[in-house]
This record gives sequence, structure tokens and C-alpha cells, in this order.
Amino acid sequence: MIHFVVHEKGDGVGVVVVEGCRKGLRALGWIMEPDSTVKIELRDDIPIGHKVALRDFKVGDTVIKYGVDIGRVVAPIRKGEHLHVHNVKTKRW
Amino acid sequence: MISKKTKFWGYRRENGRVGVRNHVIVLPVDDLSNAAAEAVAHNIKGVMALPHPYGRLQFGADLELHFRTLIGTGCNPNVAAVVVIGIEEGWTQRVVDGIAETGKPVIGFGIEGHGDHDTIMRASQAAKKFLQAASELHRVECPISTLWVSTKCGESDTTSGCGANPTVGNAFDKLYPLKTTLLFGETSEITGGEKLLEARCRTPKVWRDFMFMFNRYQEMINRHKTSDLSESQPTKGNIAGGLTTIEEKALGNIQKIGRKCIIDGVLDKAETPTGPGLWFMDSSSAAAEMVTLCAAAGFVVHFFPTGQGNVIGNPILPVIKICANPRTVRLMSEHIDVDTSGLLRRELTMDEAGDALLDCMLRTANGRLTSAEALGHREFVLTRLYESA
Repeated sequence: MIHFVVHEKGDGVGVVVVEGCRKGLRALGWIMEPDSTVKIELRDDIPIGHKVALRDFKVGDTVIKYGVDIGRVVAPIRKGEHLHVHNVKTKRW
Repeated sequence: MISKKTKFWGYRRENGRVGVRNHVIVLPVDDLSNAAAEAVAHNIKGVMALPHPYGRLQFGADLELHFRTLIGTGCNPNVAAVVVIGIEEGWTQRVVDGIAETGKPVIGFGIEGHGDHDTIMRASQAAKKFLQAASELHRVECPISTLWVSTKCGESDTTSGCGANPTVGNAFDKLYPLKTTLLFGETSEITGGEKLLEARCRTPKVWRDFMFMFNRYQEMINRHKTSDLSESQPTKGNIAGGLTTIEEKALGNIQKIGRKCIIDGVLDKAETPTGPGLWFMDSSSAAAEMVTLCAAAGFVVHFFPTGQGNVIGNPILPVIKICANPRTVRLMSEHIDVDTSGLLRRELTMDEAGDALLDCMLRTANGRLTSAEALGHREFVLTRLYESA
């Protein structure tokens, strides 16, 4: 069963696509391009639609999704943690 | 699923355009005329009023957009005939004249000097005749190339970018070679993905035209903004659904134009395309504003992917909802026309999802009501550019 999807190999985040993903879960991810899978242990409860960090990030790092820059890290993030508005901000506006 | 030989049953209008609905509408020119327009629609069963809050003391580009949107709405081939009501006769006649260019039945009434009662009586008599004439029109078989399809997403979340939006992209990639006319827009929601569009533009001029619209919108946002726009772009609903930044939202948004179609031209708000292909229209990203502009530009079917469950419809443009979020599909099933949540379970391929949407599109074009139509969603929202004089 797929727990999260990753748009492209090399992306720093996956999107949780099922409900009830709890801290400690050994989550299975589907990398859509190229078609492959990845496993990761969740360090937070992550709601459906929200993102899991696939690697460690430090403040100032760029987050890549779809192979493209989606923003800057404003608080440290560890692999398996919830990545969202509390630790990533836009580079625009 | 679909080829150059595909046909659908539509209404061929006087100017050759093809509609998929047969509405007779009562169109107020201004806020003051809503009451009379709604009274006419109450008197004559099957006629629809399109009330809205604007149309007084507008000027310049804002007024031009107001007229373009009202006239475009009346000209839309999903509309068989139009009764226009305004507070005075000058601007009323301007809307009537614009719609009359299509050759369809249209008549206008000014309220001043007559009052509501007399106006409602005369407008109701006209609406009844238009409705009875429209009820005798028949659907005829039309080639797929005559279909105009627009898209805009709303209350997006991350599943939009993985599932619902690429489903629209897959369908657009299949419709484009069939010489259909396609539209996307949402200028602010390209922010962060604008460079990706350069390679998709037919010519350097199309790219320059796009960047003119894009920069114009960015300047407007920078002029008025008081924050990084989080809570508006992305919206609170987007953020609740897991979208973090405008860049992430934009990259999901761009999935709607697929991988193969080429952007053939750029339009200002409510402008009508001059030929087949994929068009970008400068537009707000607010759902009802954008879909109203699509209808005014002449589009007859709309693809609306959603993640968290936007419930929008339009009075004259059937809005097909596509959703890949299994929770939204479960909790808000009455709003969803095409469930593509199987994509995220790897139970459905993108090709199958695109075909399911095209199947729904053809059934909708042939007359099946969308969820939004059945639920009575008729959001008609005019875009304003600035204050009234």
C-alpha cells in the first residue's frame, strides 16, 4: 500500500496520500518518475495531503518538488518530519 | 476514447458556434436592475436571471471589462436568447448591440421613465417568446473540433498536483490535436513556474505577451500586498490541504496544460480566442471570477479540478469537478463528477483518468447535468479592476 507519492526522483519531499499516517510508521512511497519506490520512517503524524521531508534540511536550504524550487527552509527539518508552513516559506512576494 | 471522428450533440447557433446548453437569460446591466431581472425569471419558468453587484459609475478599462464580460456572456453559444435590463437605455443598448452581432434573439429594456412594474411586464412578454422559440431548437451532431473547453482549479491541495490537475493535462493533450479550442489562466498562480511556460509557447511573441500579463499582475500584487499573501495565495484551504508556498501551488496548477499542448496565444480578461489551440487568459485565480471570464470568452464546457472541495458552478457554463483526494471524494461526493483518487493508489493510470474525464465531458456536452448544475451553483462574479468614479 502506497502511503506517499514523490513527483520526481531527486525531489526533497513526498506527499502523504492516505489518512492516518502516524509517527513511527515505516511509510512506503511511490516515485512517479521514474517509476520506483522508497521507504521512510515518519518522525511526525502527517495528515493526508501534507508533505514529509525525504532528507535533512538546514535553514536557508531550497526545497525541490516537481524538480523545481518551491521555497526556502526557515527552521531545521529532519528526514521523516512534517514539512509545511512552519518550516518553509515562499521566495516570492 | 476520442479522435477526429468523435462527435457530440450540440446547439448550432446563428454565428456557427456550438453550445451544449440552451439557456434563455435575463441579464442585468447593473445592480439596480437585479430586482426586475429576477422578477422576470420568476414569471417565466425556465428563464434564468444573472444578478450581480456592479455596473454603475465604472470607467476606463474597468468599464470596458464590464461590458466585455456582459456581452461575452450573452454571446456564449450555451445561451439561446437574451433579455437585457438596465437602469437607463444607453448602456443597455450597448450590451444589446454587442450580443446582437451573434445573430441570436436579444432585446433590451431601460427602467427609467417606466418603473419596475411596466419593465417587468414587457420584459416578461419578450422572455416568454424567446423561451418558447428556444424550446423548439434541437441538438445536432457536431464535430469535436467545435468544442471549446476551459480549465481552472480551486481549493487545490497537493493531490491536485499529483492527480486531478494532470488528469486535466492528459485530457488537454488528447483534445489539442483535434483542433479544439482550449483555455487556461490564473495569472498569479503561475508564480514560480513561469519559466517552465517559455518552452511551451508557440512563438517568442506569445512568450512576451504572456510575460507582459504576468508582470502586470505581479506589479499589482506588489503594489497592494501587506504580507507574503499566505492565507490568500496559497489560501487557508490550500494550506490546510498541505500546500506550503505559491511556487508549489503554481507547479501543481501548470499540470493542467499537460505535457504536449502548445500555448498558441494570450488573451486579456474575457477576450475571445480567434482560432483553435491552447490560449492563456490573464485572469484572477478566484474561482468564480475566473470561470465567469471563461464563459464570457465563449467557452462551453469547463474542467475544474479540486483537492479540498471547491463547490463552484456557473449559470451558463457547465463545470465538471475532478478530484483525486480520497477524503474529499468521500466527504463531498455530491460535488465530484470524476473521481481520480485511484491514481494515488496506483489503481488507475493517468491515461485511464484522462479518458474518464473525456467520457464525462462528452456526456456533459450531450446534455447530462454536472453536479454543480444539479445542485444549483450559479456563481456569476464580475472582475473589477479598481474603484468606481
